[in-house]
Order: sequence, then C-alpha cells, then structure tokens
Amino acid sequence: MIVGERKPFDEIKAKVSDYRKVLVLGCGTCVAVCMAGGEKEVELLASQLRLASRMDKKEIEFAEHTIVRQCDREYTEPILEKLGEYDAVLSLACGAGVQLVSDVVEDVAVLPALNTRFIGSTREEGVWIERCRSCGDCVLGDTGGICPLTICPKGLVNGPCGGTNDGKCEVTSEKDCAWTTIYNRLDKQGKLDNIRRIFSPIKYSAQTTPGLQVNEAYLKVETEGTDGQ
Amino acid sequence: MASRSFKEALDSGDFVVTSEVGPPKGTNIEEMLHHIDLLKDKVDGINTTDNQSSVMRISSLAVCHLAQERGAEAILQVTCRDRNRMALESELLSANILGVHNVLCLTGDYVSVGDHPDAKPVFDLDSVHLIQTVRTMEQGKDIAGNELNGPTRFCVGAIVTPEANPIEPQLLKFEKKIRAGIDFVQTQAIYDLDNFKRFMQYARRFEVKILAGIILLTGVGMARYMNANVPGVVVPDQLIRELAGAPKGQALQTGIAIAGRMIRQIKDERICDGVHIMAIGHEGLVPQILETAGL
Repeated sequence: MIVGERKPFDEIKAKVSDYRKVLVLGCGTCVAVCMAGGEKEVELLASQLRLASRMDKKEIEFAEHTIVRQCDREYTEPILEKLGEYDAVLSLACGAGVQLVSDVVEDVAVLPALNTRFIGSTREEGVWIERCRSCGDCVLGDTGGICPLTICPKGLVNGPCGGTNDGKCEVTSEKDCAWTTIYNRLDKQGKLDNIRRIFSPIKYSAQTTPGLQVNEAYLKVETEGTDGQ
Repeated sequence: MASRSFKEALDSGDFVVTSEVGPPKGTNIEEMLHHIDLLKDKVDGINTTDNQSSVMRISSLAVCHLAQERGAEAILQVTCRDRNRMALESELLSANILGVHNVLCLTGDYVSVGDHPDAKPVFDLDSVHLIQTVRTMEQGKDIAGNELNGPTRFCVGAIVTPEANPIEPQLLKFEKKIRAGIDFVQTQAIYDLDNFKRFMQYARRFEVKILAGIILLTGVGMARYMNANVPGVVVPDQLIRELAGAPKGQALQTGIAIAGRMIRQIKDERICDGVHIMAIGHEGLVPQILETAGL
C-alpha cells in the first residue's frame, strides 16, 4: 500500500486559512489502512480545524466526505458536482490522489493534508515499513523476497558494502543489513546460487518520470485508432 | 617519475608497499604536498582518498595529478557515492589523460556518516559494476556500448574486509570483484595475523595480489574506538594492553612499533603480497613505520 502521514496541523491550518468553504476529503484505501487519511482521520481533522478557526475568529466551513479511492476516476468523477460547491478541497489522499482530484476539478484548489511516504507493508499494528521502490525491474525472485534496492540504503545489487557490521546496516545499527538477510534466507532455501551471478546496473530508463503504464489490450486499441487516421 | 609503475611493482614479485594521503578540506595543500614528497620514493603507490568518510574535500583526481607531477605513482580511489555512471566514466577517462593509470574501486560510505548528510546518495553503480566499467572501457567502449576514441588502461584494485562478521556475504561480493577483473586488493585494517593467515589460505586460490591493510594505532583510545565503531576492524586485547602499557607520551611510538612489527612479519613470512599503510592524520610517520619494519 501507499503509506502516508498527516502534515503538521499548523501547516494544514495555514494552507486553508484563505478559504471560506473547505471540503475535507478522505480516501478509503491505502491511507485509511495506515491510519492517515480514511473516514476517521477526516472526522478528526475537520473537528480540529473547526475548533481552531473558531478560536482564530475565522468563518470557515469545513465539510467532510470520504470516497473509496481518490486515485481512480471511477470514484472521483461522480463527486465532481459536489467538489464544485467548495473553494478548496483538503485531500487526505496520497500524492496520486491529490493530483487526480486536482485534474478533475481544475477550478478548485486541491490541497494536500498528508505527506506521502512510501510503498510499504504493515510490520505490526500502527507500524509500516517501506518495501518497494517501484524500480520497474523486480529482482525479488532472486533475492529471497527481500528487496536490496529498498532495504539497502545504497541500493546495492551485488552484495553488502564494507560498512555492514554484525549483520547490521552501516547507516543505522537498528536496521538489519539487507544483504546479510538475503544471504541467510537464500542459504536456508539452498538457493545461494541465485546471487552468485553479477547483477547488472539498474536500468534507470525504466524509471522515466512520470511513469506511464498502458495495459496491452488498451495499447492495441490506441494503435488501431492511430492507424485509422 | 617513479622508477616503475605500480603494475610493474605488483608483477615484479617484490613485497609491495602502498600508502595514502587524504585530500584536505580547503585550498591549503601545503602539508599534503609535504606528505606526498615524503612518501613518493619510499612506496610503490600513493592512494588519494575520494571524499573520505563522506566528508567533502578536494577531489581524488586533482590530488593524483599533483602527486604524479611530483614524481609519485598515484592510485585513484573512486567511490560510487557521489557520481552516476556518466560522471564515473568521465572521471576514468580524465584520470588516464592525466597519466593516472591505477584505480581503486569502492562503494563509498553512506552520506549520512559525513558532513553533508542531506546530499543525494548516488550509488548508480556498485563497486563490482565500477570494476566492470573500467574493464569495458579498456576494450574501447563505454558501458552504454558506445565507441571510445581511444581506450583506457588501468591497473584495477578493490577492497575486502577479512574480519567482516558475518564473512560469507562479504566473500560472495569479493569473488564477484575478482570475476569482474581486478589486479590487486587492499584489505580493511587487520591486526590479528593468525586470522589473516586463515583468510589468505582462502584468498590464495585467486590470481590477484593482496595488500594487507595496516592502520597506525595512535593510542589505546583509538584502538578502542575502532573496535566499537569501525565495521570489520578488530584490535585484539593483547595489542590494546601493549598500547595501554606504553610509558606516558610513548603510545604513538608503541603504535609505530606495532605497525612496523606486523609489516615485518607479513613480509618475512610472505603472508601476502604487500601492505597498504594508512596513518590517518599522521602521514608524516609512514617513513618511520617503514624503517621500523626494515623496509
């Protein structure tokens, strides 16, 4: 999932202070799971903002709404009319959600209430850990299901650096060395040969920004359309 | 000019000695030049470090060039931390046209340990890729497959940490470095020669020259600091007691004696092919260490 965290309250408050009608818009998928942008968090943030604006003697109306996914037109387009009723939308989605909502309602300011952190998984209740850098060339099949590009701060693909110590990372002794972990797991699986070959440098051309992914079936339709012109 | 190239020294079968200078942080290079002059005729090669410990300094290549101009045989240290593949390849071409033909390929420390913790860590290539890059450019091509107008020529080295814990993942990478094509290896500092002999029993099978890393111990505080903070460096209790037992003001001399004694034993027993002496911050003492070692 995409993991996010709420921005500092004062930063959010300052950003909405120039508007009169603000829709606090939650996202019911990833950021709801990581307790940053779902229905509950929308309710909490809207209440805090109402209280703060009263204290500041400002007349700002804060409405609340949460949709299934802000990053999907299927869910954002149906609320287009509703969005148009506000001066600003305060989005509790990840950066992708904020941008899609902004694309849908171009004449309304869409403001982020979260900082998007990473693609991660749940480590324990309330704790999420980064697990994928979306490099576009997955090596997990060779590395025992542990991503060296994400877990190793240097993103090394051919083994540990000289900074690893007692199985811990050079950068912080609180983290395990990615390559020691990979080695131990493959050793258990009897698959150390997986990592004896020299892995090539990462192809950064596969990471052109912004990334664009077209489903093969849809790519064909598009080509046919072009051919017909 | 040095009487022979570093590659010739390695190939001669003689016991090889290298040392290093750290480029200063700032434009005052007087002391560094003094150290180069002190070392140039006493060692087979002088490493110049590359933003060592992730601290921004004069570039390794600029210092290599100055060292060569003064008649030293320079070994360019290159890390993957600060440059992408284009900048690394460009650096290698530049080194060659300035007459620098020795390169030590390193991953590099992470940026957070140094003096620019907010800098972007690059690590576009790793040390294995960097070795492959040097070898590819010697074939007249860059690593994107484009023709070079004139190939490079290098004597290529890498590092290994014989006391790494655990050692197995370290050796997996070490063997990749050998397959990528290196001529020599400088080890991380070693202090326990029995452990090092065991490492050499393993490493002897590879056709690569191995230089044992010798870091000058300046006192008991430094020894304890290295044990606590430097990955893969183990100063045995016996040496710590020896340093602690030194008469007041004599700890540094004891450190010199220890380094000299180790070098002499490595040479006499031909444990490996040579030594790489690092007297961090005390480069001026390297001639004294060599004298103590009988070199």
